[in-house]
Amino acid sequence: MASPIRKSVAAIGIAGAVLALGAGSAAFAQNRDPAYAAARAAGQVGEQTDGYLGVIGNAPADVRAMVKDLNNKRRAVYTEKAAGKSTIEEYAFATACRLILETKPGEKYQAPDGSWKTRDGGAPARDPRCP
Amino acid sequence: MQQGKPRSGWRAVCAAMVVLGTVPTLGGCINVSAPDKPIVIELNINIRQEVIYKLAADAANTIDENPEIF
Repeated sequence: MASPIRKSVAAIGIAGAVLALGAGSAAFAQNRDPAYAAARAAGQVGEQTDGYLGVIGNAPADVRAMVKDLNNKRRAVYTEKAAGKSTIEEYAFATACRLILETKPGEKYQAPDGSWKTRDGGAPARDPRCP
Repeated sequence: MQQGKPRSGWRAVCAAMVVLGTVPTLGGCINVSAPDKPIVIELNINIRQEVIYKLAADAANTIDENPEIF
């Protein structure tokens, strides 16, 4: 009778370890607003090459408003961080290089030619100036 | 001001030659033909590559520090 209990205890332990390991990589998804996470997953918004979010196709008004708000917040962060280092545009561009690299398969990103692409398993098409 | 009149005279001659489709054989005329490829203007010239490289780690930290907007 003890073995099923031991098995379940072991299972809980393994599940806990998996959760702990997964917490680091899932940090982004957990901190995003659910509406933003959903819009990203649905391909309604994508990462542009300039460090801001873009609306793809005929997304609803609430999605557009959300993107505008997030982009305003991003611009504030870029402005603050770029001070003394670079132009705001350059800082935003450098961040975009990283953001596009961090997109998950299925999410949208903007290629250097301006077209929207869906991230697949391979490396994203990025600007040659990206590190 | 003194060279204004002779120059405009040359321009008229050149323009006439171009319009008539004749190739100027005398010096002083430069014939410019339109390129067959589209003219591409680089709009992102204000992005300095060395700066982008230096900012890579900084940008990564900024993303980690502001997970709700990225």
